[in-house]
Amino acid sequence: MANKVAANKRAEGKTVEGKKSERKRGRPPKSIINDKPSADTMLEMYRQMVLIRRFEEKAGQLYGMGQIGGFCHLYIGQEAVVVGIQSVAKEMDSVVTSYRDHGHMLACDMDAGGVMAELTGREDGYSKGKGGSMHMFSREKNFYGGHGIVAAQVPIGAGLAFAHKYNGDGGVNMAYLGDGAANQGQVYETFNMAALWSLPVIFVIENNQYGMGTSVSRAAAGQELADRGKAYGIPGVQVDGMDVLAVRTAAEEALAHCRAGKGPYILEMKTYRYRGHSMSDPAKYRTREEVDAMRKQHDPIEQLRDVLLREGADEAQLKDIDQKVKKIVGDAADFALASPEPNASELYTDIIVA
Amino acid sequence: MAIEIKMPALSPTMTEGRLSRWLVSQGDSVASGDVIAEIETDKATMEVEAIDEGTIGAIHIGEGTDGVAVGAVIATLLEEGETEVPPISQPVSGATTPVAEAPTQAAPNQETASAVAAAAPIAASVAAPAAAPVGAEPDWQGSTRTMTVREALRDAMAEEMRQDERIFVMGEEVAEYQGAYKVTQGLLDEFSAKRVIDTPITEHGFAGLGVGAAFGDLRPIIEFMTFNFSMQAIDHIINSAAKTLYMSGGQMGCPIVFRGPNGAASRVAAQHSQCYASWYAHCPGLKVVSPWSAADAKGLLKSAIRDPNPVIFLENEVMYGQSFEVPEADDWVVPIGRANIVRQGADVTITAFSIMVGKALEAAEALSSIGIEAEVIDLRSLRPLDTETILTSVKKTGRMISCEEGFPFAGIGAELAMQVMDGAFDYLDAPVMRVTGKDVPMPYAANLETLALPQAQDIIEAGKAVCYRAGGL
Ligand SMILES: Cc1ncc(C[n+]2csc(CCOP(=O)(O)OP(=O)(O)O)c2C)c(N)n1
Ligand SMILES: [Mg+2]
Repeated sequence: MANKVAANKRAEGKTVEGKKSERKRGRPPKSIINDKPSADTMLEMYRQMVLIRRFEEKAGQLYGMGQIGGFCHLYIGQEAVVVGIQSVAKEMDSVVTSYRDHGHMLACDMDAGGVMAELTGREDGYSKGKGGSMHMFSREKNFYGGHGIVAAQVPIGAGLAFAHKYNGDGGVNMAYLGDGAANQGQVYETFNMAALWSLPVIFVIENNQYGMGTSVSRAAAGQELADRGKAYGIPGVQVDGMDVLAVRTAAEEALAHCRAGKGPYILEMKTYRYRGHSMSDPAKYRTREEVDAMRKQHDPIEQLRDVLLREGADEAQLKDIDQKVKKIVGDAADFALASPEPNASELYTDIIVA
Repeated sequence: MAIEIKMPALSPTMTEGRLSRWLVSQGDSVASGDVIAEIETDKATMEVEAIDEGTIGAIHIGEGTDGVAVGAVIATLLEEGETEVPPISQPVSGATTPVAEAPTQAAPNQETASAVAAAAPIAASVAAPAAAPVGAEPDWQGSTRTMTVREALRDAMAEEMRQDERIFVMGEEVAEYQGAYKVTQGLLDEFSAKRVIDTPITEHGFAGLGVGAAFGDLRPIIEFMTFNFSMQAIDHIINSAAKTLYMSGGQMGCPIVFRGPNGAASRVAAQHSQCYASWYAHCPGLKVVSPWSAADAKGLLKSAIRDPNPVIFLENEVMYGQSFEVPEADDWVVPIGRANIVRQGADVTITAFSIMVGKALEAAEALSSIGIEAEVIDLRSLRPLDTETILTSVKKTGRMISCEEGFPFAGIGAELAMQVMDGAFDYLDAPVMRVTGKDVPMPYAANLETLALPQAQDIIEAGKAVCYRAGGL
């Protein structure tokens, strides 16, 4: 495979446009920046990003074949965000996100076959086929959905953080939301309560620059979403969300803040989705050149691949990862297609706990 | 191995499309993500991206072709080293969901057509399960104590909080102020600020936060200062709390109680006087209760707090100060889902809940003076509804009047009338009648407010009407 990345763009605390790299605010302290992940950790992050990419491509394919219905929001392009953050999360931490959730579930170590089978609406899906792409959960992995209402996951995340604090279990909640969601009123209700009660929650704003077809500049007054917690005294950092190492570093800082009992933290991840908002979005609100430029110059997987090769990993090692991932995804798709549709009797189950 | 590129489905409703343009030709090499074609769907023109890398071995459907079925092979991609284009496989009908494979796709001969007809509404024909049996209500013979509904509610919370550390109360003015209506009086002192929490005025936010805490295995009691303000939070109540168990295939319930005063208070006008019983009772995944007496308020609230489901607990401001006898039991629990016959009678069944039970009893006494004996049923639970108790009574009396404070249209009474028609049609001697609030926003003026609210006199009139009695009372 050709190496498409010209230069390694990695720089902690730097934004995608680069011009804001001078911003002082929120730059993580030097000591943390220098704390580089081990080669194994980087290889694992690479593996997870490739897994998400291939999984989403396969999901797109199955959608094209009519095997996945309804809305299907792919995470392609944004892989570094969830992988970087979850790479420093601990087992007791909890995660909640929007409908663009496949990547988050894989990064939370949920089973690819179970997720894919939910996408195809089959009995072996995480929700027995009753939730679909946007609504999946795993109590076991502390993944609390998958929410179809824009920003509903934000107070829910704060509630999970409330439970972490109430139980004194040391956990932190990661509540992921989009740039569009960041304009919802309930987000600010939540910021207020989270700060007031020092809840251990990280609000991860995945700024992929569009909420459906509306660019941030057309939707948000004051485009620095990291600053949206200022009035509540919540620290906010803007991070190059296409650079998994920068994401990881920022997440370490945020987690340390929350675990120290200092309350919530905002991470604005500047990122980009390559595909349409959902499968049926022709994405006419942006140019192909814009998408290509992101892909060619900022691709999170290519960037990490570059770093890995420069630091001594060899092509064969990465190829081996690629092959293994391909098999996982292929198996997941086979599993998801072989699994039967839920029994008709499932219609009336799981409505009320008896 | 050569890869077949198929006509993709690019919207939830697309079954075929126009292949408007090829951006590659035979022999071109493509990488994953390259745009290879444009197709027009039923909604828009979309770009088709290559998923795999390789060389275009053949293009099977030329540009400008209309009506290309989803799933038809449109090109073949050769992998490194391949030169031979293998024959294409049969086009599959892709867009249809692969339901129980065989009969739905088969040729439409007589036999399969009827099989399809039989098979198609399969989901709809699955019978809804019968309501789960509800635990019997303890028949109390022991001593009782007179207390107000307000005290009974407070005691219920306090008793449960002593038993289960996971329970906390959250809402506006519930802690230091001791409750806007003093229902949480004394709880802060006993349970500390960790478990009795004053919130900012932010219903949407704290309802969602409560749901998250319930997901995190706590047992929140969320107080709305009144249910009017729960409209700001209804998204979380329905979409986040009520539906998650189903959407998670049974993995994640939401054990939470939303409680507070519901219905009309006095002279507070339209935005602060409304009954939300039918709004919440409409939704699967919720339980909805609305007690009248202090004993039920206590016993049902304890059940609601223990219930693993989201429970809407509708109180009534006017009732808070009314006193009733409450059993002096160590653990007085009233099961959710069971109505209570508060007055026996053979001539007409009157159903009511919350404050309307008192008015129904008042009307029943008046009707008795003209020889009509009404059976008054306190519904207590609206979801699940104790249909059995209602039907048994209607089969005996042959007449029913439904009372509620809410609006008539699509209200609880509409549902009850339907239930009676379903289960006791042949027993009816008169059409079911309903006594409800008027179909208007609550007016402020004292006289208009009285006119807008259902009164005991309205129930008396209805009683006479269903018994075909004329004359004044
Ligand atoms: C309350 C609500 N309003 C509208 C929608 C429809 N909708 C779904 S996604 C979306 C855009 C959200 O954009 P953003 O928050 O940036 O997230 P992204 O899709 O970019 O990940 C909209 C308007 C919804 N699901 N919920
Ligand atoms: Mg967005």
